[in-house]
Amino acid sequence: MKHSLRAYARRPSSFIWMILIYAAAALTVGGMLFLILHILVRGIPHLHPSLFSLQYTAENVSMLPAIWNTIVMTGMTLLIAVPLGIFSAIYLVEYARPQSRLVRVIRITTETLAGIPSIIYGLFGFLAFVLFMGWSYSLLAGVLTLAIMVLPTIIRTTEEALLAVPSSYREGSFGLGAGKLRTIFKIVLPAAMPGILSGIILAIGRIVGETAALIFTSGTSPQAVLGLHDSARTLSVHMYCLLSEGLYTDQAYATAVVLLVIVAGINGLSGTVAGKLSGKGRKER
Amino acid sequence: MHSKASKVRERGMQAVFLLCACFSMAAVLLICLFLFTNGIPAMREIGIWNFLTGMEWRPSQDIYGIFPMIVGSLYVTAGAILTGVPVGILTAVFLVKYCPKKLYAVLKPAVQLLAGIPSIIYGFFGLMVLVPAIQRLFDTSGKGVLTASLLLGMMILPTVINTSEAALRAVPASYYEGALALGATREQSMIRVMLPAAGSGILSGVVLGIGRAIGETMAVVMIAGNQAILPDSILSGTRTLTANIVLEMAYAAQLHRGALIATAVVLFVFILLINLSFSAIKRGRRI
Repeated sequence: MKHSLRAYARRPSSFIWMILIYAAAALTVGGMLFLILHILVRGIPHLHPSLFSLQYTAENVSMLPAIWNTIVMTGMTLLIAVPLGIFSAIYLVEYARPQSRLVRVIRITTETLAGIPSIIYGLFGFLAFVLFMGWSYSLLAGVLTLAIMVLPTIIRTTEEALLAVPSSYREGSFGLGAGKLRTIFKIVLPAAMPGILSGIILAIGRIVGETAALIFTSGTSPQAVLGLHDSARTLSVHMYCLLSEGLYTDQAYATAVVLLVIVAGINGLSGTVAGKLSGKGRKER
Repeated sequence: MHSKASKVRERGMQAVFLLCACFSMAAVLLICLFLFTNGIPAMREIGIWNFLTGMEWRPSQDIYGIFPMIVGSLYVTAGAILTGVPVGILTAVFLVKYCPKKLYAVLKPAVQLLAGIPSIIYGFFGLMVLVPAIQRLFDTSGKGVLTASLLLGMMILPTVINTSEAALRAVPASYYEGALALGATREQSMIRVMLPAAGSGILSGVVLGIGRAIGETMAVVMIAGNQAILPDSILSGTRTLTANIVLEMAYAAQLHRGALIATAVVLFVFILLINLSFSAIKRGRRI
């Protein structure tokens, strides 16, 4: 310590850099703590039981229907996006010749999809599903829009997980006489499962937090959704609606708490899965 | 017999996999198709030059100029980069070389959580905390370029931190050690040797951050003020391209709706340019 202090005295610019580095880290951590504590402190006192009533009314502004809608929306989106994404990744990793033109084009398109902002997805869903297909504001329109939106996440993480499976697994399986399909489903996919799961969890986080892509596709009906053609607001959209009406700041805080807890839970889950992945990898090596 | 059936199954499934892989291509094509066929005719009707450089946005009189919104998007994005990137890079330096292991075990998941917080919560936080703070500090409405820049800077932090950290960790340790051996301080080795060596990786993180900032909608709409005029100072209100779409789409019809879709086309072109530069940087790195 003494030595380094003397070194800093000779190089004051280094000392300034050190202070800046610590200050930047403190700012990041401080900003985040402030955001989370602010939401929790202002929101938890307003977590009133009436906010979890079964029926939404303008008086209780219950978020329970929105929570149900979020679960339905997430489940149905995954039902479409997960098989599509995993199968795409299987083709890209297990079948296609690497660096072939098709693979390169698909990679560019998934990168493009990943970079498109959610408002453009929302507008596309509005034009394609709500207007062109004539489904009006509906769960179905929201689900399809979100499925396209999270597809690149699932493709990319599955690809990485498949590539991380040692080729000796495949060779061993072929050597025992298994076909390609059997090798993929019985050997490669199970080995890649933790990586794929963490991608799916990432996708869930994105679906739960999404607002801009849903306002113009699944709409803002506050009631619990029962059919594919009903309009439905998710929890994030619910919070947006509370805010834009301007009368429900306290309830918005409470909703933010619930949303934050869900997101933190999803994050923790993905951390655990990723931890298992690396732990398992160490053992195998 | 058995082998024939399994051969059919193998081929069949391969076709299914291929079909799925082509779906993302189809999705991009469809998105382009719907945006361009709905946006371009409106742009033509307004006049592309009038649309892009027009200073006035008055849907009630069928005047559609989005120049203020283009400038607004560029301002808040630039502001986000100015505030978020230095803090993010230095935080990454902290995580790589200064952070004790125990603290790292807490900080790393915290940064991940920061990335996962929905933009509506960021917007709400900005509305309840940043806007009143700026109101009090500068005696304005509190909503404007500065507020949006600060919040967007915070929102791109995790992107910048994660990519910068990964880039710094990819630099061989011998660079750092060599600089130390030559008598450089810890800071000199990090700032003058490690950061330049990790440059292209950090740059790709910055480009990702630009994409996130320019595409952000819900948070910006709540705190930027949304006036469709050129901002004359960093405190005055501004409207971004994304905000323009989300504010008026619900009730727009005919040419007004077309103009909003054309706004999305302009945004889309911006995003494509950002994506292209991102992949160019990445490709440059591989060589």
